[in-house]
Amino acid sequence: MGVSMLNLGAALPEMFMAVSALALLMLGVFAGKDKSFRTVSLLAVAAQVITIALVVMGDGGSAFFGQFSADPFAKFCKVLILIGSATGIIMAMNFAERENMARFEFPILISLATLGMMAMVSATDMLSLYLGLELQSLALYVVAAIRRDTVRSTESGLKYFILGSIASGILLYGMSMVYGFTGTTNFTVLGNTLVGGELPLGALVGLAFIFAGLCFKVSAVPFHMWTPDVYEGAPTPVTSFFAVAPKIAGLALFIRVAVGPFGGAVEDWQQIIVLISILSMAVGSFAALRQENIKRLMAYSSIGHVGFALVGLAAGTQEGVTGVLVYLGIYLVMNLGTFAVILCMRRNDRMNEEITDLAGLAKTKPLMAAITAIFMFSMAGIPPLAGFFGKFYVFKAAVDAGLVTLAVIGLVTSVVSAYYYLRIIKVMYFDEPVEGFDRNGTEMNVIMAVATIIILAFVFFPNPLMDSAAVAAASLFGM
Amino acid sequence: MSDWPILSIVTFLPLVGAALLLLINGEEATVARNSRWVALWTSGFTFLVSLMLWVNFDATTADFQFVEQADWMPGLNISYHMGVDGISVLFVLLATFLTPICILSAWEAIQKRVKEYMIAFLVLETMMVGMFSALDGLLFYLFFEGVLIPMFIIIGVWGGQRRVYAAFKLFLYTLLGSVLMLVALLAMYFEAGTTDIPTLMEYGFDYNMQLWLWLAFFASFAVKVPMWPVHTWLPDAHVEAPTAGSVILAGVLLKMGGYGFLRFSLPMMPLASETFAPLVFTLSIVAIIYTSLVALAQQDMKKLIAYSSVAHMGIVTIGAFTFNQHGIEGSIFQMLSHGVVSGALFLCVGVVYDRIHTREIDAYGGLVHRMPSYALIFMFFTMASVGLPGTGGFVGEILALLGAFEANTWVAFFAATGLILGAAYALYLYRRIIFGALTKENLKTILDLSPREWIIFAPLVIIVLWMGVYPVSFLDIMHVSVENLVNQVETAQAAAAQAAQLAAN
Repeated sequence: MGVSMLNLGAALPEMFMAVSALALLMLGVFAGKDKSFRTVSLLAVAAQVITIALVVMGDGGSAFFGQFSADPFAKFCKVLILIGSATGIIMAMNFAERENMARFEFPILISLATLGMMAMVSATDMLSLYLGLELQSLALYVVAAIRRDTVRSTESGLKYFILGSIASGILLYGMSMVYGFTGTTNFTVLGNTLVGGELPLGALVGLAFIFAGLCFKVSAVPFHMWTPDVYEGAPTPVTSFFAVAPKIAGLALFIRVAVGPFGGAVEDWQQIIVLISILSMAVGSFAALRQENIKRLMAYSSIGHVGFALVGLAAGTQEGVTGVLVYLGIYLVMNLGTFAVILCMRRNDRMNEEITDLAGLAKTKPLMAAITAIFMFSMAGIPPLAGFFGKFYVFKAAVDAGLVTLAVIGLVTSVVSAYYYLRIIKVMYFDEPVEGFDRNGTEMNVIMAVATIIILAFVFFPNPLMDSAAVAAASLFGM
Repeated sequence: MSDWPILSIVTFLPLVGAALLLLINGEEATVARNSRWVALWTSGFTFLVSLMLWVNFDATTADFQFVEQADWMPGLNISYHMGVDGISVLFVLLATFLTPICILSAWEAIQKRVKEYMIAFLVLETMMVGMFSALDGLLFYLFFEGVLIPMFIIIGVWGGQRRVYAAFKLFLYTLLGSVLMLVALLAMYFEAGTTDIPTLMEYGFDYNMQLWLWLAFFASFAVKVPMWPVHTWLPDAHVEAPTAGSVILAGVLLKMGGYGFLRFSLPMMPLASETFAPLVFTLSIVAIIYTSLVALAQQDMKKLIAYSSVAHMGIVTIGAFTFNQHGIEGSIFQMLSHGVVSGALFLCVGVVYDRIHTREIDAYGGLVHRMPSYALIFMFFTMASVGLPGTGGFVGEILALLGAFEANTWVAFFAATGLILGAAYALYLYRRIIFGALTKENLKTILDLSPREWIIFAPLVIIVLWMGVYPVSFLDIMHVSVENLVNQVETAQAAAAQAAQLAAN
């Protein structure tokens, strides 16, 4: 399919998503404000499931005159993102009703954010990239502050908004630099212009700004400062959504920009990614050691995970990108499972967020403790659980690309991070029990069970995820 | 019968048992009783199946046998590849032999969370057997690391006072070593394009790369063995672990390091192994002398045996790096006999610990008056640990020292001092616990071995005697494989020497 075509069919999932979100907004408004929360949520989930089907069945191709591409890479990431958001809405439903945030806008905002992410991962032009990014970010700022009557949620939303806007500004500035020095915003054209030769200095500076902006969005060090505060302050279901979908979208975008238009200049940006990756892994490991709040801990953990994923990107090879995609798939499952556990930390109808609240879980709820332990071992990257394979693929790519030092540093920090994951297991298994938690919701049990099965079974059936990741990565390098 | 995937059955049968255990529900006492029996039957049956390996093993070839290969990650050229040769088959048997004994020994000692305990042990057995039979680097690594999960839980949940500290130390120490091995595996994979162990053995990495690979593998195996100065996790882990945990730790997990040297370091990095052999010898000698002296000063029975393990494993590493038939066979034999003997010694400690609930040596004395059978059994294993001729300990030590003597007389000299010191601390321990007047009040009513304990010790005694009186039945199995390994190493070293000479001319 030619570049100079509108070809709306390729963007069918996005259009469906947009229309359904708007239709749900109407429904919410006319059905009456707070009564419609559950209906709208369920419909939003259904819309996302349909979108997954549309994404999978779509024939791909490029649309909007080369601004948008539904290649296998985009498809892969979209499926992950949609799974993340659909699960995010399901996890939020009961919580929202109990905690007085059952506003029908919530699922709609999530849907719009998801739409933005889908546009991001499909973007093949700086402008469409920015449009998608901003749609996502604006929706997320509001979601972070959705409990406007609590100080913490509002604070978190405001922080996220101010810092996010600055990052967007930096990103936009970088893009304008690149445009100024190359005369184009289209990825394909950029790639052709930059191929072979040295990157013009101005474009390189622009690229550095773009990377800085993207680092903020995926909360990589040194642009991570907002993450712990926002994660802690936002309502827990929102945090679980933040930890998954936007990260995947951001990293996908990172990959697309780095290996797409700037794929010919790997040497120019490799050292930047290496440094960011090392810093993220180090901060994610060391800063989490003394956290007492489990949401803050997960914030640092996610910073660390971004560092590990970036190890694959630092390789700059097709194999590295495959590794990142596999990593993201596994990360999605582990994080959704872990947040389902965190959302079940309710005692006498109140949420608990301290790690010590888990004490003795192995006595009061043995199955949930065992599942949590599996998640934690997996996060720490202990074989034979899925988390190990995520690390294995990215580090393999790094070693193949000659980045042995990076691999060693990364694996050593993973040992450090193992300490705090183990600490959670220690609290659950070795400490004396405190009062038990309330009954888990059925939806949480289902999510935990599915995540556990995937993590345990991955060692036996690694190929579905690996093969689709390989196809996705190949499409990016076939360009 | 030979078409059956015996290795996979032996590896995963315990996992099936663990899954069955998950299904047991109901009243606590019933659950505990059923869990014990299910675990015992599973591990006992696994042991019987593993005997098939012994019966059908062809000792005339150095090839891998009972080989199974299946697609696992075809995209990466990594396969599920299992098989054993003369070196590994005995370790598989050691693991399947010790597990039922461990389960039996925990019959009464473990009263809380029995089901989880049994699940942890069965999972552990799967990991151990899988590790010794894996013929793919990644598969090996999977099992090698996977051992940490059940071990962490076993020490942390059922351990003693400082169990949390010990569990963390074990986990993080070993993990740090292992990740370096992972990097080395990845580097080998990148260089050779495969993680298949038999292929990597043939590959022949260049010298500089061998040096780095060797060091990375060493980091992992040295922690596991453990060698001085990275042995400090072991006394803590041993002291805090429940009895059965100590038995498995000393009996099988320490052997993973020694086995790793023989499976990876020697055949894949023969030149680097030669270069670093003096380092290994030095560290081993320090370990033998230093930890033996430390053992003399211990007040805690388990700690004393733990330090003696470090010393014994020093002889193992010396034997492995002599690169000759005697040394390597002695090294393997020593690992097997140490596995049984030190396991039995921990069980001996467990017997009195279950009754008095202290490991302080000073709390005992004069036990011979109340527990003559126990005194006999304890005496037997103490002698086996010292290396009395007629027990398994003697054969391994003498072969390893013989090999060391062929390689370097000074190494043999210093290593042999370990035997003297070993006799000193072992007999000193025995005297303080068993002999003397029975003065302590709480010991006056102590009971001798129960029938269950007899059942536990009987097979151990038989095996140790068998190994000591007729070692050939074990040595025959490993002989051809070791010969092959020695040839492989010598050929590589000779080729390198020749190349160096050519370059010099």
